[in-house]
Amino acid sequence: MKQVFAKPVSLKDVQTHFCPGCHHGSIHRLVAEAMDQLGIAEQTIGCASVGCSVFLYGYFNIDVVESPHGRAPAVATGVKRARPDRIVFTYQGDGDLAAIGTSEIIHAANRGEKITVIFVNNTTYGMTGGQMAPTTMPGQKTSTSPYGRDVTNDGKPFKMAELLSNLDGVTYAARVAVNSPKNVLQAKKVIKNAFQYQVEGKGFSFVEVLSACPTNWGMNALAANERVGSEMIPYFPLGVFKNTENL
Amino acid sequence: MSAPQKKFVKGNEAVAMAAIEAGVQCYFGYPITPQSDIPEYLSRELPKAGGTFIQVESEIGAINMVLGASACGVRAMTSSSGPGISLKQEGISYMAGSELPGVIVDIMRAGPGLGGIDASQADYHQATKGGGHGGYRIIVLAPNSGQEMYDLTMLAFDLSDQYRMPAMLLADSVLGQMKESIVANPRPKAELPAKDWAVRGTGGGAQHVVKSLYLGDGEMEKFHWKMHARYQELAEKESRWEEYQTTDAELIVTAFGATSRIARTAVEMARAAGLKVGLLRPITLFPFPKKAYAELSARCKNWLTVELSTGQMVDDVRLSVARDAEVDFYGRPPGAGSLPTPEELFEQIKKHF
Repeated sequence: MKQVFAKPVSLKDVQTHFCPGCHHGSIHRLVAEAMDQLGIAEQTIGCASVGCSVFLYGYFNIDVVESPHGRAPAVATGVKRARPDRIVFTYQGDGDLAAIGTSEIIHAANRGEKITVIFVNNTTYGMTGGQMAPTTMPGQKTSTSPYGRDVTNDGKPFKMAELLSNLDGVTYAARVAVNSPKNVLQAKKVIKNAFQYQVEGKGFSFVEVLSACPTNWGMNALAANERVGSEMIPYFPLGVFKNTENL
Repeated sequence: MSAPQKKFVKGNEAVAMAAIEAGVQCYFGYPITPQSDIPEYLSRELPKAGGTFIQVESEIGAINMVLGASACGVRAMTSSSGPGISLKQEGISYMAGSELPGVIVDIMRAGPGLGGIDASQADYHQATKGGGHGGYRIIVLAPNSGQEMYDLTMLAFDLSDQYRMPAMLLADSVLGQMKESIVANPRPKAELPAKDWAVRGTGGGAQHVVKSLYLGDGEMEKFHWKMHARYQELAEKESRWEEYQTTDAELIVTAFGATSRIARTAVEMARAAGLKVGLLRPITLFPFPKKAYAELSARCKNWLTVELSTGQMVDDVRLSVARDAEVDFYGRPPGAGSLPTPEELFEQIKKHF
């Protein structure tokens, strides 16, 4: 019988620690599928961040460097400059990339580092227990915004894909979601494009992935998935914000 | 062997020249006085030698680039001073936790805060006691001349690779800015262990992971004991110091870095006046050469520590000397005009006779 579906070989055959309904598993899979399709896993070095994404090395069959909180784009810069012949990516959450690591991400993007950044935006700090993130939505209740995010006190959420698309060093900046089969297919294509650009040596590529965090949102898996479509996508529009190569 | 290549250069330039000679492949830094000659020199010369120079957005970015490059097994370095070194402590802690080599040059300036650009030794504790979180140490080398700025930079790379720990060259603005003649000859390469732990892309082989997260039962404790044993091995094999006129000394002055140069002149003045005074200069500040202090203090009971601070190294001196030895301290906290003169130190020496 012809096998038509299998686990990506870039992923280890292990259980993840992610909560039921969390989108990290789907996003990991799409990254692994992109590496499989491009045949790059054995030449790839991943830069893990701090948060639920820190266990990259536990799930991917690739070499991994763990980075301090927010610093993955700087670590990835060091890796890429030391090994320009390797494919280098970071995988970061919203607290990591858009709060403590804003300096590192903006400057890596502006230098046009030939790396790929996978940015998982779930509007909260997942690992530390659901505190307010730089992407927490106006009015959203979290453990440190118990009355809802007050934009007069905390400002409005960062829209990182749009922000980075304004920098000349950026080749590709997009936002995708994995809340429906249609969106998963689009996300798969975009993530593959992002890696493809790096394979071709075409500079900094950035993919923001909207993600559910049922545990910290206080929702079940279905309701959390529903929220991505009903609340997040209207505020964080999907799309390709920059594509200098028109792949 | 070719004829010695004598060069008349600033200490900072000697550091940068030595880094290239040591085969540094990546330098990441940020401007700060009094060390900016290092990034300036390397921005000009490192690309010519086939290496990478990046002027980074911050000291935090710079040390994390060192972490990434070092994780790939190449020689990487950064340099800074006071406020910048404080920012680097996060990355240094992660490098220590990840058992990564890498060289950090600290040309100390006055502090705390913005302080000033004058010579200081007040970052001794920060350098030698593990300046970041979690309980670790790094190799700390203290040059006292242009020649040693060169030689000890080369040694820092070798020791760092040998022991898989960050290594710091701890100097001050006098040493960084002073011009001296140095001999910058090529050296034979040290025999060092292969970096078979580095990330490189699996190539279909075993996965390599560089990390400092240890969550398994007992893993973190095991790591600490392993590093503790490594620090002990380092102390046993790599402690370095210089003695001058200690054999018959009735008073031993001890100082490191630029202060040791002034102290030596003061010791020479004392000898000329018939006073039996010697000098013990630690070259490795971590490991601190405890054995030298223990052995000399078994015979000589009078000690005088001199530092450009209100007293930091003196703590290690007191912990290292024999219990019945008396350790006096003379300090000039850092700042404009606080560098002591040889005459000033000679006056301090005379008080002991």
